[in-house]
Amino acid sequence: MLTYILRRLLGIIPLLLGITLISFFIIHLAPGKPTTMQEAMNPKVSLEVRERLNKLYGLDKPIHIQYINWLKMLLRFDFGRSISDGRPVTEKILERIPVTLTINILAMFLIFLIAIPLGVFSAVKSGSVFDKITTVFVFIFFAMPTFWLALLAMQFFGIRLGWLPISGIKSLDFEYFSWWKRFLDILWHLALPVAVSAITGLAGISRYMRHNMLEILNQPYITTARAKGLPERTVIYKHGLRNAILPIITILGLSIPGLLGGSVIFESIFALPGIGELFYKAVMMRDYFLIMAEVVLGALLTMIGNLIADIGYAYADPRIRYGK
Amino acid sequence: MNKLLITGIIIISVLSIIAVFAPFVAPHDPNNIDEASLLTPPSGKYLLGTDQLGRDILSRMIYGARISLSVGLIAIGIATILGLILGSLSGYYGGILDNIIMRFTDIMLCFPTFFLILAVVAVWESSIFNIMVIIGLTSWMGVARLIRAEILSLKEREFIQAEKAIGASNLRIITRHLIPNAIGPILVNVTLGIAGAILLESGLSFLGLGIQPPTPSWGNILIEAKSTLGVAWWLTVFPGLAILITILGFNLISEGIRREL
Repeated sequence: MLTYILRRLLGIIPLLLGITLISFFIIHLAPGKPTTMQEAMNPKVSLEVRERLNKLYGLDKPIHIQYINWLKMLLRFDFGRSISDGRPVTEKILERIPVTLTINILAMFLIFLIAIPLGVFSAVKSGSVFDKITTVFVFIFFAMPTFWLALLAMQFFGIRLGWLPISGIKSLDFEYFSWWKRFLDILWHLALPVAVSAITGLAGISRYMRHNMLEILNQPYITTARAKGLPERTVIYKHGLRNAILPIITILGLSIPGLLGGSVIFESIFALPGIGELFYKAVMMRDYFLIMAEVVLGALLTMIGNLIADIGYAYADPRIRYGK
Repeated sequence: MNKLLITGIIIISVLSIIAVFAPFVAPHDPNNIDEASLLTPPSGKYLLGTDQLGRDILSRMIYGARISLSVGLIAIGIATILGLILGSLSGYYGGILDNIIMRFTDIMLCFPTFFLILAVVAVWESSIFNIMVIIGLTSWMGVARLIRAEILSLKEREFIQAEKAIGASNLRIITRHLIPNAIGPILVNVTLGIAGAILLESGLSFLGLGIQPPTPSWGNILIEAKSTLGVAWWLTVFPGLAILITILGFNLISEGIRREL
């Protein structure tokens, strides 16, 4: 197990280099310099000021030197300063993480809570009316653009019924609330985004769960368990479910890129101050250092997610550990 | 052919016909501004209603189908060709080339696609052409891995050995024997990819970073839907339904092919 983990950790090094190279060069091979935006907004910027700005951001040096300097900064978790307001990028990102994390954790929790039983029942009762109806629903929700579902939900629950707030994360008079009311207020604001995110995420996971469960219920050891005379419940929940649920856990690690990408659209629709919305603003402002930082962080998170998923798999399945 | 496959093919054929013959199918000019009927609900004259500028939503959606389908097809066309080339090289020649290509694939797979696309859009101009290319350049990894695995499992088989013995070139072996043998899984991947690309484009356009108005796309009609939320339900419902049905069509084809394999 230890050698497997070590081997995987060593494999990370070229990945890290590749990730930083791509993130850096996408931005720097583009026409125009990162500082152009800052200058464009202010017509009074003279040539001298422009050169000083370029020097400040190190843009006067050859591109490979710039890359190496940037790498050195990354090693200290320093992502440079935001071009739009001059604050450190790391600080701007850190303050956005709790919102994105909360939404995704809540949504994931809901997804697993609903998708696993749904998938299991569909598999156990495969071919039944229940299975057929859920399959149709799952297929439709799988094809549903999240932002459209968000718009529909906002229109219906937010405006037509007026039950739920459709934007932001706290009420205007939030500051005057007691801590308990603040907590409820945030939950109330998160209800719609979390529900929408969970509904679109449900489809994939429950299909996957159904597939896994069906496969396992056809295994010889399930037949053996039945032949031993074990009650059907024990066969399904103890022998079947336990094995079918393992791969689902690793899905968590693998769903990171989708969640991060989705958060951009999602958070801008609901005006939630998370990292997706920050990224969207950075793109609109052409805030180069912020964009590079988020791309690198997104890729790093994905890589770590994959790694954890693989190690989890290897832990659960010795064939992977000793293979190759 | 199973029912899923047939349903999917029917949906996509109808959409394609509508898209190709858009000028004949659309009841109005998609950019024609009717000042007398701003934001009117669906009626006999405007079947799916009008937007804030009094433009016919149905016609805009019909022209939008052109954008969505062509972005999907061309982007995934680029991705598939890239994937086939890289995957074949990697699987067929193996060794150091395989190592380099597969490392690169791993690296590309680490990036959340939407982040990468947005970063590129931020610094390069977001034209239809650029969007197709960017989506294409960020979606080839699945096909590459698939074709590599397929070639690895096929290349030691007798029929390939026989081909080599009669002096067939590597290019011929790859394009005539190895790729055709993997066509099923590739098609599953391609149709899913098209659905994904259409979803990406509509998301980008919805953020205002994709297809730029006045060119109509399903995503950018939904921008207006957001700004008129609660006032004009038809602006939200119809373009979204169009996206849903299209994605559903491609997903059905993909699932249908998978069941045929």
